[in-house]
Amino acid sequence: MSEAVAYKKKDFVSSQEVRWCPGCGDYAILSSIQTAMTKIGKRREDIVCVSGIGCSSRFPYYVNSYGMHTIHGRAPGIASGVKIHNPDLSVWVLTGDGDGLSIGGNHLIHALRRNISMNIVLFNNEIYGLTKGQYSPTSKQGIITKSSPDGSVDRAFVPGSLALGAGATFFARTMDTDPKHIQDVMIEAHEHQGTSLVEVFQNCIIFNDGAHKIYTDRATRDDYSLKLVHGEPMIFGKDRNKGLILNHFHPVVVTIGENGVTEKNILVHDKHDYNLASMLTRLKAPEYPVPVGVFYQERAAVYCQQVCAQIKDLKAKRGEGDMQALLNSGDTWEVE
Amino acid sequence: MKEVKSVVIRFSGDSGDGMQLTGTQFSNTSALMGNDISTFPDFPSEIRAPQGTVAGVSGFQVHLGSSEITTHGDEPDVLVAMNPAALKANLEAVKKGGAVIVNIDAFDLKGLQKAGYKENPLEGMALSDYNVIKANISSQTVEALKEYDLDNKSKARCKNFYALGITYFLFGRSAKNTLSWIEKKFAKNPILAEANMAALKAGRNYAETLEAVVSLYTIEKAKIKPGRYRQINGNTATAWGMIQAAKAAGLELFLGSYPITPATDILHELSHHKHFGVKTFQAEDEIAGICSAIGASFAGALALTTTSGPGLALKGEAIGLAIICEMPLVIVNVQRGGPSTGLPTKTEQSDLNQALFGRNGESPAIVVAASRPSDCFEMAFEASRLALEHMHPVILLTDGYIANGAEPWLIPDLSTSFNKINHRQITKDDKEFKSEDGVFLPYKRDDKNFSRPWAIPGTTGFEHRIGGLEREDVTGNVSHSPKNHQVMTDLRAEKIKRVQDNIPLQKLTGESSGDILVLSWGGSYGACYSAVKALQEEGKKVSLAHLRYINPMPSNLEEIIGQFKRVLVPELNSGQMRDLLNCRFQCGAVGYNKVQGLPFKISEVVDAVNRQLESL
Repeated sequence: MSEAVAYKKKDFVSSQEVRWCPGCGDYAILSSIQTAMTKIGKRREDIVCVSGIGCSSRFPYYVNSYGMHTIHGRAPGIASGVKIHNPDLSVWVLTGDGDGLSIGGNHLIHALRRNISMNIVLFNNEIYGLTKGQYSPTSKQGIITKSSPDGSVDRAFVPGSLALGAGATFFARTMDTDPKHIQDVMIEAHEHQGTSLVEVFQNCIIFNDGAHKIYTDRATRDDYSLKLVHGEPMIFGKDRNKGLILNHFHPVVVTIGENGVTEKNILVHDKHDYNLASMLTRLKAPEYPVPVGVFYQERAAVYCQQVCAQIKDLKAKRGEGDMQALLNSGDTWEVE
Repeated sequence: MKEVKSVVIRFSGDSGDGMQLTGTQFSNTSALMGNDISTFPDFPSEIRAPQGTVAGVSGFQVHLGSSEITTHGDEPDVLVAMNPAALKANLEAVKKGGAVIVNIDAFDLKGLQKAGYKENPLEGMALSDYNVIKANISSQTVEALKEYDLDNKSKARCKNFYALGITYFLFGRSAKNTLSWIEKKFAKNPILAEANMAALKAGRNYAETLEAVVSLYTIEKAKIKPGRYRQINGNTATAWGMIQAAKAAGLELFLGSYPITPATDILHELSHHKHFGVKTFQAEDEIAGICSAIGASFAGALALTTTSGPGLALKGEAIGLAIICEMPLVIVNVQRGGPSTGLPTKTEQSDLNQALFGRNGESPAIVVAASRPSDCFEMAFEASRLALEHMHPVILLTDGYIANGAEPWLIPDLSTSFNKINHRQITKDDKEFKSEDGVFLPYKRDDKNFSRPWAIPGTTGFEHRIGGLEREDVTGNVSHSPKNHQVMTDLRAEKIKRVQDNIPLQKLTGESSGDILVLSWGGSYGACYSAVKALQEEGKKVSLAHLRYINPMPSNLEEIIGQFKRVLVPELNSGQMRDLLNCRFQCGAVGYNKVQGLPFKISEVVDAVNRQLESL
């Protein structure tokens, strides 16, 4: 491995002109990840960005590292091959709600369960952007789009619940209106040993403007979102006086100082608690604050490490493979 | 004593009767005794088809001889039928006048009913054309093992070795090799080892009493090129050829695959060779199988994906990605009967068009095809060599027949052959592929073969992006310019054409001109070769050109075709190669086509050529 280099953000900016719509949330995500990449201690040539198809999937062209813009939904498969062949690389998958959860849903869940140590960033704008505005697997039921003029009858996926159900060892959520938070979450995702999934609430200004507004807009987000911090109580609100408590497994929003509620009553976040994380993925605004941050992290065996260990074990037992010996193995006979 | 040049024997029984094992033992012993052989297993697609039914019949055919053997044989001279269903499923195939050894213990009312017999075929005239040997194989096996401390069920299970013993006597085979195999195989269960050995000997002893009623066969040793031999089937040869190619290229082998009949054995085989640095990834589906291979290729592996027809269909879009990205990748398609799920366990050559044309856009792949089980080693190596030297995906076509069929193979000396492949990976100090201002140019091509350089992640200063969008030549930047698309489309086609300079010229079996050129490809080599040889012995002006390089074809093929009055293309499809040749060369080729899930018989090809000769 090469030694670490002190990078500036511009070192991760490629020569290609960025071509997202003006005002698109993707710009903030790109910029924040580029900044995060300066802080993860990986050299540029050891980073690989892989994407599928969709607006978000243009991402690798804009990052000055190794990159591949592949086919619709298949980025996790391609990234798996990159990482398994060379586990020293830092592999990033950039995908969207259509690419990652619809056409590529199968690959996403398998990448999560296998725990092939890569970072999957899911840009969730609840719409198909590049094909110009059809409902996606995360669109709210009833949404009017070009392909659902009378309202979509599809029920929506909740990416966090899906990920935890699939056996993900790391799930986090962040939002395009909070670049610093994106950076922090991305660095944590990178440091996680195993596959991480980070859902980013992203605004599509053209086809689904304001889909995440209430919990991402600077004016309202303090009251409708909840920043999860491991070991800290789940307090939110502009006045930092609201919190979550559990009433028989059922989350309830309370106000500190009312009805005898004190800070001590507030639920403390434990990112290693699967059941707590599962509950948190289901919270929706406006009834609840929408949580962001690291929901869940689990230490589990990492796929690539196990593959390498098996190879090492076998080499120790049987020696380096000898092809001529293999050809001569078993029943052979001499013809004179 | 009947001295024969070659003989075909088919072992047939219920799926659980151990016929594959019996057949393998018979063929191994024959090879060790110096005969040339070819074998083919024939098993049902259901894992546990109902016991005793025709659907559950499992067979194994061995063709052995004192001269060159290239197919598993047209018609069995001898059939071993362990139950009524086996007799029913196979009798029609047996040569008239041939011998049929039946296990009469299984011919009770229940057995006959399960097989769908209304009357016992052993009692009527149904078998009057054959020399029938009625043996109490089940009961005699149990009787022979009465002293052993085993339950009757376990004793009865040894009956395949009893049957093997019968055939060993009839064909003058030595039991030595099988006896030592049993000893090793059942080392952990000595009683079972002894019981199986005793069953084998009992079968032999029983057969001695038959001397009066049945002829014994002797087969001379074959005249074979000297050297050390082993048996090999096509799927194992493919797996080993890939490992050797990776070694010859100094790369690690990565397989991304999803289980599919009849290709899965390649995945099984490679997963056992991790100490060669082989990584196998059993993906969630066919698409992820190839995509993981593409990712590994991007990262610097010799990348492989293996599949059969339906899987190739699913991989189409990803193959296109590898083509536009100009990445080395080997795609093995072990063909089976189609369309759709079709005939999973049966052979066919009907994916030629899919391999050549089954993708969106103008997306040419290099296509090669293996001709026989052992040739899978060489063609897997060749597929890898072409992929790595030309930076392009290569589709290797094999088929269910050669994948599962086995034959002796003169073990190559790897110090002098199959030992060097040049790949296009560059190192951080390579200046040749950078612009004046130091930017890497991923599509700056080699002057001769037009391949692009391969810069893998981890290489400092060569960071670059590739993808499925059309790119500009040299820089690799995304480009939608109309002229550029024309340039790139032409370049991709030209790149394939230039592979011609890197493949051998087409070889010919026979004279370089004549009446009929048999032009075959892929797994039908054995039948076509033997047929042409037989016709040549009769003095007929027939030659064989067997294609292994299909896209591009060898540069001298058109010239060869021009020297014959007619071109006959036998293939296990409805004429895909014939149409291709007529399209390329306007040569008026005619087809001989069969789509029955079965390989060609030599006699079928002989007849087809004779019909053409008559109509000249």
